[in-house]
Amino acid sequence: MELTLNHFLFVSGALFAIGLAGVLVRRNLLVIFMCLELMLAAANLTLVAFSRFNLVDGQPAYDAHVLLFFIITVAAAEVAVGLAIIVALFRTKETTDVTKVNTMKF
Amino acid sequence: MDPNTLAWSVLLLPLLVAAAILLGLKRWSGLSSLLSTGSALLCLVFCILLAKGGDVVVETKTYPWIDLGQALELGIGFQVDGLSRGMMLIVTSIGFLVHLFSLGYMKDDKGKSRYFAGLSLFLFSMTGIVLADNFAMMFIFWELVGVSSYLLIGHWYDKASAADAAKKAFLVNRIGDFGFMAGILLVWILTGSIYFDEIAKAVGGVGNAQLLNIAVLCVFGGAIGKSAQVPLHVWLPDAMEGPTPVSALIHAATMVAAGVFMLARVSFLVGAAEFAAHTIAWVGAITALLAALMALQQNDIKRILAYSTLSQLGYMVMAQGIGPVGSDAGMFHLYTHAFFKALLFLGSGAVIYACHHEQDIWKMGGLRRKLPITFWTFVLGTAALIAVPFTSGFWSKEAILEAALHEKMTGPYVIAIIVAFLTPFYMTRLVIVAFFGKARTKDADHAHEVGPVMWIPLALLAFLAMFSAYSFVSGPLLARGHADFHHLVGHFGLTAILSLTGLVVGVGAAIHFYKGRDKDPISVPLFRDRFKIDEFYLGLVRVFQDAVARALDFADRFFIDPLVARFPAVAALAAGSVFRVFHSGNVQTYAFLFGVAVVGVIFYLLT
Repeated sequence: MELTLNHFLFVSGALFAIGLAGVLVRRNLLVIFMCLELMLAAANLTLVAFSRFNLVDGQPAYDAHVLLFFIITVAAAEVAVGLAIIVALFRTKETTDVTKVNTMKF
Repeated sequence: MDPNTLAWSVLLLPLLVAAAILLGLKRWSGLSSLLSTGSALLCLVFCILLAKGGDVVVETKTYPWIDLGQALELGIGFQVDGLSRGMMLIVTSIGFLVHLFSLGYMKDDKGKSRYFAGLSLFLFSMTGIVLADNFAMMFIFWELVGVSSYLLIGHWYDKASAADAAKKAFLVNRIGDFGFMAGILLVWILTGSIYFDEIAKAVGGVGNAQLLNIAVLCVFGGAIGKSAQVPLHVWLPDAMEGPTPVSALIHAATMVAAGVFMLARVSFLVGAAEFAAHTIAWVGAITALLAALMALQQNDIKRILAYSTLSQLGYMVMAQGIGPVGSDAGMFHLYTHAFFKALLFLGSGAVIYACHHEQDIWKMGGLRRKLPITFWTFVLGTAALIAVPFTSGFWSKEAILEAALHEKMTGPYVIAIIVAFLTPFYMTRLVIVAFFGKARTKDADHAHEVGPVMWIPLALLAFLAMFSAYSFVSGPLLARGHADFHHLVGHFGLTAILSLTGLVVGVGAAIHFYKGRDKDPISVPLFRDRFKIDEFYLGLVRVFQDAVARALDFADRFFIDPLVARFPAVAALAAGSVFRVFHSGNVQTYAFLFGVAVVGVIFYLLT
């Protein structure tokens, strides 16, 4: 069986759905954060897949592969910031449960 | 130097000095005062050079400022003729003497730099009025003298009365200036030009006499404001809150005479509008009378002089309304009055300075021996003001009265004669109470004669007050002369008899009533309260202001408040109460809503 674009998109969609579900239902901030990363990975996978199956002069294009390295680098920086925020939050609230972090509301 | 360069130098030099002082030299007050005085002297020299041309109109360059093609072209240019040469001599000579006097009078003032910058700015603006060759330029500088007058009246701005007086002067002048502006526009509509020489040519062809009368009356409105004629005279007495040299220069000799000068500049217009000319004569006469009556009962030395200035300005304005001979007589009186009134004001400044800023004449007394030079120069100035024969004021006043009689202006003539009875009375009262008798307070007792920097200007002005009517002084001043004044006053007629009677009766009565008194034996509350005109205006303003305020309050309460203020507030509140339901505080709810919204947007975009 040959791998087609649809296979990749299916995996990516599943990953994204799992990530989204995790973000929406889990309460631990760290888990939510990991799910968020999962969603990002799903998006990256889509990007690469589209690029790989985009034939230019009969040859696959690899532009997105290069782009991906930049995205991963930036994502790493973003993760560092996100984790720092979570640590700061834990220091003040002594919890990582998002339902306990709800003072900014009506 | 050619006249063009001279004129530009006279105009721009004081402006440069004012700018230099205000922008850089403010901290070095000694330097800025000397710089300002030096520039005034230089301007005087330039004007003397400029005056050599007699009545010849010199061609000067007009620089275009706003050019609207055929319709309107505004330029900055000069009309250097006999009239402006004479006026420039007055402005710069008195300007220089006042600068000199101020070096002494304002020696220890902390705002000295600002004061001298104000004087220089005034000199610049006044030069612009006098030399202007068109209405638009004159109007611009007309406003500029208003500004410099405002700055100088309010020099001691931390004193509430001075700040109020400055504001009052500016606001009252705005009323007159509005008329002036309307008048300029009307004249432009009627004649198609704002240049004096072109208007003079075109005015004969104006068919609509009624509109021309209205135009001239509107232009006269400017003179009513600036020259403080009834009913806009109320600002001038209050303007005495400014430093006394300023009162001498601006509020006695030059700026307040700008209205008279302007009428003389456009005398061809006044001559063409008979009704307006009569109104001008009557307004002047009424001002002269009312101001003289008010002066009878004032106790502040500067206020007495202020009302006498009003009264004399009334004479000059009256003269502008009685034909070309009258117009020249009015300018003649302007010249002589400028010298002797500047002298009287500077003299009163010396008295006030010597008495430690006491201005009430009933708290002076006996100053004759303490301040001999001031006393004698003051007496000479008074002599000129009350028209003692052979002094300058005598000739110029006779010229006006003769002109009025000659042109059959009986009403104004009679009023002017009555004023000639009142003037000697109140001036003699002032001199007797302030200088004779014995000192009534300690300050007056300890007064010392002022220094030479202050009495030298007094002496020079006293000389001019005596002799400025004679041709060796008045020659360059009266270069325009339609009439020979010495011929006019040469014959001994009805006017001379009446005014000499007025002089003798006035002085005699004042000596009789006031000799050796320590209190005012006469009390006329109506005159002392200045006919309650100020109170009337205040009431008028209050009534109208209250009505306007009430209307605005109503609109505010029932229209603007609900529609502009309340409605948006209620709308925002309602919207807020809907949207705040979504603010649960739970991050995951936000994420969910965000996701739903993104899906919604994508759905919307794809279908």
